[in-house]
Amino acid sequence: IADDADKKCTITLKEDSYTTYMLDSPPPLEFEMTKGELLQMYKDMVTVRRLEMAADALYKAKKIRGFCHLSTGQEAVAVGIEKAIDHDDSVITAYRCHGFAYMRGASVRAIIAELLGKRTGVSYGKGGSMHMFTEGFYGGNGIVGAQVPVGAGLAFAHKYLEQTGKATFALYGDGASNQGQIFEAYNMAKLWDLPCIFACENNKYGMGTAAARSSALTQYYKRGQYIPGLKVNGMDILSVYQGAKFAKEWTTHGKGPLVMEFETYRYGGHSMSDPGTTYRTREEIQYMRSHNDPISGLKAHILELNFATEDELKSVDKAARAMVDKEVALAESDPAPEATAKVLFEDIYVPGTEPPVIRGRIPSEDYYFKN
Amino acid sequence: MTVRDALNTALREEMDRNDNVFIMGEEVGQYNGAYKVTKGLLDKFGEKRVVDTPITEMGFAGVCVGAALAGLTPVCEFMTWNFAMQAIDQIINSGAKTYYMSGGTQQCNVTFRGPNGAAAGVAAQHSQDFTGWYGQIPGLKVVSPYSSEDAKGLLKAAIRDPNVTVFLENEIMYGESFPMSEEAMSPDFVLPLGKAKIEREGKDITLVGHSRNVETALKAADLLKKHHNVDAEVINLRTVKPLDTETIFNSIKKTNRLVSVEAGFPAFGMGSELCGVVNDSWAWDYLDAPIQRVTGAEVPTPYAIELENFAFPTPEIVVKAAKDALYIEE
Repeated sequence: IADDADKKCTITLKEDSYTTYMLDSPPPLEFEMTKGELLQMYKDMVTVRRLEMAADALYKAKKIRGFCHLSTGQEAVAVGIEKAIDHDDSVITAYRCHGFAYMRGASVRAIIAELLGKRTGVSYGKGGSMHMFTEGFYGGNGIVGAQVPVGAGLAFAHKYLEQTGKATFALYGDGASNQGQIFEAYNMAKLWDLPCIFACENNKYGMGTAAARSSALTQYYKRGQYIPGLKVNGMDILSVYQGAKFAKEWTTHGKGPLVMEFETYRYGGHSMSDPGTTYRTREEIQYMRSHNDPISGLKAHILELNFATEDELKSVDKAARAMVDKEVALAESDPAPEATAKVLFEDIYVPGTEPPVIRGRIPSEDYYFKN
Repeated sequence: MTVRDALNTALREEMDRNDNVFIMGEEVGQYNGAYKVTKGLLDKFGEKRVVDTPITEMGFAGVCVGAALAGLTPVCEFMTWNFAMQAIDQIINSGAKTYYMSGGTQQCNVTFRGPNGAAAGVAAQHSQDFTGWYGQIPGLKVVSPYSSEDAKGLLKAAIRDPNVTVFLENEIMYGESFPMSEEAMSPDFVLPLGKAKIEREGKDITLVGHSRNVETALKAADLLKKHHNVDAEVINLRTVKPLDTETIFNSIKKTNRLVSVEAGFPAFGMGSELCGVVNDSWAWDYLDAPIQRVTGAEVPTPYAIELENFAFPTPEIVVKAAKDALYIEE
């Protein structure tokens, strides 16, 4: 199926893929993509889902500690945005970050190793599920909403450094959208025309609180008030791709920030400790899975276009699964960080600027840096 | 040179030296700074590098952290540290912890600065010392200058240091003048973080403080000499985190007595920490008396001057504590 990767097709999105606010026109519904691009998107979404399923299993096997938030169901957002932007654009998100970390360049092994608290983890086992960073990806942030002004700061830096053409996607959930600091960030971004996309992943529930129970206005794309907004069908990766491309174009052409809303759905609970069924019905989840699944949706497109057969796509699924399984096995066999003072106390301060001594639990555990 | 001018010079020199240094905060530009620390910077460097913000501390503190993650060197001014309570999550959770959480892959060089501590007549919400708050946090460096040389040399060091620095100034000190050495006038003058300064040598007792408390301690040392013929050594901490314990311990070895002077609330504060580090160290063996802690009283800062004066350290109260440590009776 790797043949004719350059073969083009015309994508025609459904009329209801976008809703705009203070925008003259939505992104064009018709655009071209190649077979290779579609298949890559499919492969990436399947990989992210396998990655999250692996995390789910490892968590249930008690090999992952603490909090673990999975994005199963929401894969189109991370994959679609990444396909629409360049590697030197910036992305920052909250704690549901595994898919973004992978799409920004972290390996499955490094992500799983981080979850397992291994030394080979993407943050050397110091961050865990919520704190993953790679080049152009600024976390993995655990405090609801705090990453949004930080994202505006990334955009501020791009503007300051005259890196024209660089956009920042600052992602947050529908729960975080009510944080005051998000409105503070909107205000400064608009005042200073920062190349920042405020991207709300509306998965309908902030923890267990339905959007309408937390938000006086659930049209999150209108929340910027004086900032144009674009609502995107976040369960359709082609809409996400085209919407994110439009947004990047918008913000890197001096038009200032844009507020986006990706309407999506998480299949699992808020975190691993939440079965996710007390505040919504099983029927609702089942309906979303069977009618709106982003992977099935793209699969149908690919089949319709005759870019691959059902069997060929199954082999992509199998290959993704095998890859993730292999990487998980490697991560599991990777060593944990040594419980030495040297490892514990590194990375608090930049090497060469550490204090001469850092205190352990008792004075005899004090660690002396050799500057 | 006044402390204000010394801070202004430090900012000017560091902005000259490095195009990626910029200052952001409320009224730092057109207004020339609420306390005039940033006076003239907008004229010299323009709006790109002297950025007036709305009154949204959490937001612009976060913006500064983000700019630092992307490689810039922000100086984030809080009109006072009291307002930074709105932004403390950004300072600690987004700023100080990121280098560690990322396993050392993501640096964050921000300097958060502004006036700290008890001011005069502004009552409870605008009068508080935050040394103990920030002094607790791994990943932060906490600096608190006393003189003009301190202000200049330490602010430059804070801006150059690649970690998150909390720089605690004092409103009442801004207008005070100190002599500047020829060396300190140079644009290359940088003081090391983590090194204290012995402001006055003495052999009988050690008084240790930071920022304006150094002045209180120096006045107390004069009184001790005059009335009791006691030679007090006065240590200006300069940096609160990391603490220069070596200088403190060596002084204790010499004087065998320690009085800490701070304007923070007493519980879990600077003085408590000094007791802790001395207790953990060899210097404890050299003490001939319990450490005396002079602190602010445990009370929200009152408005009336009679009560306010009664709530914060004075030279007389430091003398009283010193006399207790020296077992001097009236």
